[in-house]
Amino acid sequence: MQNRLAAFVARQVGTETVSIHGLRRLAGGASREIWALDLQYEKDGLRVALPLVLRRDPSTAAVDTLRQHEFRLLRAAYAEGVPVPRVHWFADDVETLGAAFFLMDRVDGETIPRRLLRDDEYAEARQLMTAQLGRTLAAIHRIDRVAHHLDFLAAPAPGESSAQSELDRYEQIFRFITPDPHPAFELAIRWLRQRLPGGDRLTVVHGDYRIGNVIFGREGLRAVLDWELAHVGDPMEDLGWMCVRSWRFGHDDKPVGGIGQREEFFRAYEAASGTRVDPERVRFWEVLGNLKWAIMTIMQAKTHLDGHVKSVELASLGRRTAEMELELLHLIEA
Amino acid sequence: MQDRPTYDELLEAVQHFIETDVVPALDGPKKFHARVAANVLTIIRRELANEEAQLRAEWHRLNEVLHSVERPPSDRDELRHRLRQRTSDLCERIRHGEADAEPWHGVVVTHVRQTVIDKLAVANPKYLNAESTKSTGGDTPGNDTTA
Repeated sequence: MQNRLAAFVARQVGTETVSIHGLRRLAGGASREIWALDLQYEKDGLRVALPLVLRRDPSTAAVDTLRQHEFRLLRAAYAEGVPVPRVHWFADDVETLGAAFFLMDRVDGETIPRRLLRDDEYAEARQLMTAQLGRTLAAIHRIDRVAHHLDFLAAPAPGESSAQSELDRYEQIFRFITPDPHPAFELAIRWLRQRLPGGDRLTVVHGDYRIGNVIFGREGLRAVLDWELAHVGDPMEDLGWMCVRSWRFGHDDKPVGGIGQREEFFRAYEAASGTRVDPERVRFWEVLGNLKWAIMTIMQAKTHLDGHVKSVELASLGRRTAEMELELLHLIEA
Repeated sequence: MQDRPTYDELLEAVQHFIETDVVPALDGPKKFHARVAANVLTIIRRELANEEAQLRAEWHRLNEVLHSVERPPSDRDELRHRLRQRTSDLCERIRHGEADAEPWHGVVVTHVRQTVIDKLAVANPKYLNAESTKSTGGDTPGNDTTA
């Protein structure tokens, strides 16, 4: 693998002196592969050393469009000034490594939310990150989908609001996956239907923007990861998702990821984006975000109950739906 | 009648075994799953201790909310089944907008909130303790139902 990769890079760069060290698989789950490696080459008298990450999906025989989409999206984000690993080379052939892959910079740092929230080492990061997260989101929402050919991103149908299509989708999923009555969900769905924001400004939306999907260090935010759920929609969806209760890990006095207040987050976003944040619109997406997470706890328990995966952890998630129900009631009755 | 230990005592014995012998002997994901398993036992114990009272309280609240007084079935399975049906009826009415306006909106929310609080008193009472220190405008924590 190492030799074929080195040969690939040699062709891309146009040099013969490529060496790869420390190729190792990082945690990434069964369905996707993430490898770390250190690359060195010489070109035009300059020696280049790059710590890199390789992203590959193992199972496809045909061209893997998803890796290409991720590559293009990361490249667009980087061009817009969003802190993301810089991507280098994409391979859509299967000869080199058996499946499509790409290489990007390896960013050092931490991702685990509890460390950010508890460790003394990140005290300064805790102070700085609320505003950093707001500024970074403004940059994400500035990504030009036309200039960067991001037409593969799912978008609402013409004339349809993203809020309506998301609410419809999740209500359908809820009714499909369980026959059990959830009056708290019914109250929330009703509340959301009566407050559907229209007239979307449509932008790139990250879709899973939260602590847990960012790399951070002592000085705060370093990179935004996990762009698999990116789509086109209402940018306020990302602000709302960041405030969903589950991402506070118990620090409920700080609604933004357990580290900050909504006001600071919104102000930083406004200053960086030049747009006003409508708190009522964000509240809609925050309520919908809590409802989505509540539905996901039911889906995860169902995976165990249907016998697909036997897991006491998945089963126990079915008893956490009530936590989201209490939060929904709190939000819609405030 | 069964001999001692009672089912609660047996559950407590298994919980204790997992917490003191199994969890310390494991690492990584298995350690985490063992902790989850011990926690699941505490949920079951709290549910067994509180189910009867919670079901009956929910039943009587529904009598008030639905303006329809029914006698609760004495059989526990029938009680659960009928509660489910009545709750589905409540959901139907909410879907039709009947709970959009006051005064019924407040009545429904109060009942639903208490039912959710009862669920959490069994599934995760610590969550309720955290809630009760937030200013939530009138929420009352559930009854003390620690096993």
